[in-house]
Amino acid sequence: MHDTSAHAVQHQAPTSFIRKHVFSLDHKVIGKQYYGLALAAALIGMALSWLMRIHLGWNNAAIPGLQVLSPNGAPGGVMTPEYYLQLMTMHGTIMVFFVLTTAPFAAFGNFFLPIQVGAEDMPFPRFNMMSFWVTFTAFLVLVSSFVLSDGPTLGGWTQYAPLNSIGSAGGPGQGLGVVLWMTSIALFCIGQLLGSLNFISTTLDLRVKGMSLMRLPLSAWAWFITSCMGLTAFSVLMPACILVILDHVAGTSFFVPSGLVLNDQLIPHSGGSTLLWQHLFWFFGHPEVYIAIVPGIGIVSHILIANMRKPMLSQRVLIYCMGALAVLSYMVYGHHMFVSGMNPISSLAFSFPTLVITIPATITVLVWVFSLYGSRLRINAASLFALGFISMFVSGGVSGFFLAQPSIDIMLHATYFVVGHFHLVMGVAAMFGIFAGTYFWFPKMSGRMMNETLGKVHFWMSFVGAYCIFMPFHYLGIAGNVRRYATFVDDYLQPLIPVHRFITIAALFTGAAQLVFVYNLIHSRFWGKPAPDNPWEATSMEWSTATPPPWDNFGGKHPVVYHDPYQYGVESSVGDYVMQASPEQVKTDHEEK
Amino acid sequence: MATTVHEPLPVDPRRVPDDGQTGNNGGRNLVPAGGDPRLALDYAPPPSATAIWVVLFAISMMFAAFTSALVVRKGSALDWRSFKMPSILFFNTLVLFASSVTLEVSRRRIAAFMGNMRSQVESPARWLYVTLFLGLLFVGGQYIAWSELRAQGLYLATNPSSSFFYVLTATHALHVLGGLAGLGYVMRKLDNGSLRRSTLDATARYWHFMDLLWVYLLLLLWVKL
Repeated sequence: MHDTSAHAVQHQAPTSFIRKHVFSLDHKVIGKQYYGLALAAALIGMALSWLMRIHLGWNNAAIPGLQVLSPNGAPGGVMTPEYYLQLMTMHGTIMVFFVLTTAPFAAFGNFFLPIQVGAEDMPFPRFNMMSFWVTFTAFLVLVSSFVLSDGPTLGGWTQYAPLNSIGSAGGPGQGLGVVLWMTSIALFCIGQLLGSLNFISTTLDLRVKGMSLMRLPLSAWAWFITSCMGLTAFSVLMPACILVILDHVAGTSFFVPSGLVLNDQLIPHSGGSTLLWQHLFWFFGHPEVYIAIVPGIGIVSHILIANMRKPMLSQRVLIYCMGALAVLSYMVYGHHMFVSGMNPISSLAFSFPTLVITIPATITVLVWVFSLYGSRLRINAASLFALGFISMFVSGGVSGFFLAQPSIDIMLHATYFVVGHFHLVMGVAAMFGIFAGTYFWFPKMSGRMMNETLGKVHFWMSFVGAYCIFMPFHYLGIAGNVRRYATFVDDYLQPLIPVHRFITIAALFTGAAQLVFVYNLIHSRFWGKPAPDNPWEATSMEWSTATPPPWDNFGGKHPVVYHDPYQYGVESSVGDYVMQASPEQVKTDHEEK
Repeated sequence: MATTVHEPLPVDPRRVPDDGQTGNNGGRNLVPAGGDPRLALDYAPPPSATAIWVVLFAISMMFAAFTSALVVRKGSALDWRSFKMPSILFFNTLVLFASSVTLEVSRRRIAAFMGNMRSQVESPARWLYVTLFLGLLFVGGQYIAWSELRAQGLYLATNPSSSFFYVLTATHALHVLGGLAGLGYVMRKLDNGSLRRSTLDATARYWHFMDLLWVYLLLLLWVKL
C-alpha cells in the first residue's frame, strides 16, 4: 500500500454517541442503518404475508391478536376482504421499497462502494445521512397508517387510479391512508435521489489512483448502474405522488375521470386521466424491478468469482449486460399495461423491447453458467445463496417470456401466474442476493464470522421452501385463479383451495427458516468467531483493509490499485490470488487492463 | 465585513490522477479536522462538478414527468380552459436573467480575487448580494402572479390548466429558493475564507439552469394554456 500520510488528510473520528451511531456521517454506519431498516421491514413484510396466507388457506380461521391490531379490519380475529387488501398493499410496498431497494442497493452499496473504489467516504456525507433519515421517516409514515381507524390503503403497491384519488368513497384507507402512502413514497424518492447523487459521484470522482472504471468490481458497477436507474425512476415517481396528494387535499382532477359514480355517489372531480397514473407509475415501476435485481447480479457475480477462484468468462460482457438491462428497463414499462385499454399498437411496441431485454438477461445467466462449468466452487452459505439466486432468476425469468406476449398476457394478467413470476424473479432472487451478500460481507461489516452450518441450513430451507411456495402459483394462475381475491367462493376455484393450503404451510415453514437467519445474525454479531481481514482470500479493495474498517476506511493511507479486480488462479506470494492493492507482479493468462 | 479568499496551493503531484481515468484519489474533499483547510480543497476533479449535473438531471426528469402529465391530461378530456397568463411573468423573466448576469459578474470577481489580483477587487461578495436580491425579487414576482390569478378566481383546483400552472410555477419557485439557499451557503463560505471554486461553479450552474428551466416552462405554459 502506498503511504501518502504526510499529505493525506487526517479526519478526526467522531466521539459522541449520537454522531457515531445515530446521526453518523460515516458511510459504513449509514450502510448498517439501512441494513437494520431493511431487516425490520422484511420481518414486518413477512409477518404480513403469513397473515394473508393463513387467511387464504383457511378463510374463517380467527388469527389470535389480529383484532387488537385492527378492531374494524379483523373483528374477532377474522379479517375482512378489505383488510386482506390492506395487508397485501402494505406487504408489497414494504417489501419492494424498504427491503428490495434498501438492502442490496442502499445498505451494501453504502457500506462497500466507497471502500471498493478506495475512497475514505462518500463525497457528500451530510446528504448521505439525510438520505437514510428521510428513508427512515418514510418508513414511519407508511407504517403509521396501520393505526388509522380505517387502516392503511388497500390499493396495492401500484396504487392504480382512480382508486388512489377518490378518497374514502373508494373504501377503508383510501382517504388519509393514501395520502400517507403517497407522502411516504415521495419521501422515499427524496432519500434515494440523495443516495444516487452520492453513489454516482463516488464512482466517478473518488476512485483511487489506478482504479480505472474497468477495474471496478462487478458489485461496484452494479451499484453505479442502479444509482443511474434510481436517479431517473424516482425523480418521475415523486411528481406523480405529488399530483395524487393534490387530488386528495386540494381538490384537483389529475387522475379522476368525469362522471365517476361509486356506491351511488358522484365523485366531484372532472376529466382526469386514469391511464396517466399508470404511465407515470410504470415508468418508475419497471426500472424499479431492475433497481431491485441489478445489485443482486453484481453481488452474486462478485461472490461467485471469489469462490470459483477464477474470473468470469467476461467481466466486460457482464457490465454491458447490466447497462443494457438498465437502459431497456425504461422502454418496456408498457408491458404492465397490455390490458389497460392502451392502443394495441403500443402493446406491440412495448412487447418487442420486452423480448429484447431477455437477451442481456440470458447472456448474463450464460456467462455465469459457463464460468461455473468446470470450476471448483467453494461451497459455503454465500456461494450457495449465489447459486440459488441464479436458479430463482432463471425460473422467474422463464415465465416472463410468456407474459411478454400481449396475447398470452391477456389471459394470465392479474392471475397468480404473475404473482409467481415476479416473486421468483424479483422478490426471492433479490432476497437471495441479499442473503449471499450478508454471508459474504458480514465478517467485514461486523468483525465476526457467521455460523456456516446454520447458513447452509438456512439456504436449503429457503431454497426448497421458496419453490414450494411460488411454483404452484404458476399452476394456480393457469387455472384462472385471479390475484387479490381475499376468499375463493367461485365454483371453479374450490378445487384449488388445497393448493393454497399447501402454499400456506410452505410459507409458514419458509418464514420460520428466516428466523434461523435472524438468530445466526444476532448470535454471530456478538459471539461469532473473530474474523480475519480477508477470510475468503478475495482480491477487491474491501479485503485489503482492516476488519472492521477504520473510520476513514484505509487508516489514513491512500491505497494504489495495481490489478484488475479479479486476479484469481495466479501464482503469488499469498496463494492463488493477488489483491488489487498489491504491487506484486504475477503471471496471468490474460492481459490486464 | 471581512472577506478573505485563499488562493489555491500548488497541487501535490501525488494527488493528481495519472491517467485521467481515475478519480481524485479517494479523498473526500472535506475540510480536515485540523491543519490548513486548503490542503483538502483544491485538487481536481471535485465531486460537486459531477454531482451538480446529477442534480440537474433529476430536476429535468421531474419536470419531464410534469410535462407529460400536462400533455396527457389536456388530451384526455374536454374540460381544459385556457386563460391569459399574468403579464408580470415577463418582468420576472427579465429579473431572473439579470440575476444570472450578476452571478457571472460576481463569479469573475471571485476568480480574480482568488487569482492573486486582490488589489483590483474590493468586495467580491457585493454582486452575490445583488444576485440574491434579484432571486428574491423573482420569487416575490411569482407570488404577485399567483395573487393576480386568484383575483381572477383561478385557484389550484379551478381547472386542470390552472392546476398545472400552479404546480409547475410553484415547483420551479421552490427550486429557485433552493438555489438561493445555495447562494447563502456560498456567501458564508466566502465570508470565512473556505469557499471552493467548485462550490461556486456548481451553484452558478444550478442558478443558470433555473433560467433555462423557467424559459422552458414559460414556453410550455404559453403554448398549452
